Amino acid sequence: MSLAFADVACVRGGRVLFSGVNFALGAGDALSISGPNGIGKSSLLRVAAGLLRAETGVVIRDGGVALADEQPALDPALSLAKALGFWADIDGGSVRNALASVDMGQLAQVPVRMLSTGQRRRASLARTLASGAGIWLLDEPANGLDAAGVTILEGLIATHRLRGGIAVVATHQPLAMPDAQKLVLG
Amino acid sequence: MSVFIRLVTRDLSRALASGGIAMPVVFFLLVATLYPFAVGPDAVLLGRSGGGMLWVAALLAALLPVDRLVAPDAASGVLDQLAVRGVSDELVVAAKMVAHWVGFALPLMLAAVPASALLKLDGTTLVKLEIGLLLGTPGLAALGVLVASLTTGLKGTSALTGLLMLPLAIPILIFGAGSLAPIDGGALKLLAAASLLLVALTPFAAGAALRAGRE
Repeated sequence: MSLAFADVACVRGGRVLFSGVNFALGAGDALSISGPNGIGKSSLLRVAAGLLRAETGVVIRDGGVALADEQPALDPALSLAKALGFWADIDGGSVRNALASVDMGQLAQVPVRMLSTGQRRRASLARTLASGAGIWLLDEPANGLDAAGVTILEGLIATHRLRGGIAVVATHQPLAMPDAQKLVLG
Repeated sequence: MSVFIRLVTRDLSRALASGGIAMPVVFFLLVATLYPFAVGPDAVLLGRSGGGMLWVAALLAALLPVDRLVAPDAASGVLDQLAVRGVSDELVVAAKMVAHWVGFALPLMLAAVPASALLKLDGTTLVKLEIGLLLGTPGLAALGVLVASLTTGLKGTSALTGLLMLPLAIPILIFGAGSLAPIDGGALKLLAAASLLLVALTPFAAGAALRAGRE
């Protein structure tokens, strides 16, 4: 399980977002990315996920990837359990456990379109958890979460790292991630 | 169950829930109902021109669900999540083609039976029409998914999809309607060839379009 960037640069729309990004993460490591709006934090996560090409440099990724960005990727018309079930069936995870972990077990039958912003955040966290992937890429995971939600999020990241997982988190809000590497863009 | 089958069933149930399956059928039957009002009830005229009319109606019906094929999945991040999981874009496109074909072509072939009665088509013409639809609709489904993938991420695409798709569907229309003539001159084979070409090209062309859209 590892994720490493070596001198990576990203260009979007003819503009250099960031360049010379270096880090190396092994099992149990975490990386916290900060920087002003539009500096390329989300793009960096998409490069790490393999959705965007790095303009220069090398990305070395060993292990499955789960991406949680601002799009929940859950069918609005379906119930939360069914919408998550589509991904859990592909990944082989358990919806019930994942929902319980983000304290949403009682909302399993509620249609996704009825969920609030914070509940959608928790739902995408549940999707990430159920994916069983080793490398978590979280884009502003604390956005819209209440205090209890932030505590749950910090707990899930800590547990994931204890099990040898990697967490890369782009965030504006201070999140408790002990011994996390820090990357400041811009 | 493989990812491919999961994707097909997901697309089908979404189409069913959003009216994407009923709408083309209703549209198709409405055209068949309206046509005799426009050209008059002359059975000979209807019988001679009705088959071609149904092909035009089928073509336009195939256009109706195109907006819903790819764009919602791109906007909600479903395509990104599939890509992160290593599901190839070509497989996603192929699943969408199968789901779109099952969702619009099979109901349309059933609806062609009452529609042909409305247009006073004889039994031979109906059989030829059904065979033609069976061969031609996979091409139309592929074309729909291709155009939907190409226009994903653009704004106000409903007019654009028609402008892109209809000219490309001309071979299907010519050979499809041509196969209804008494001496068809191999039109069915050419229809099958045109359809096969679209079915074979679309996963790669549309897959490349989805990849380009992510950059």
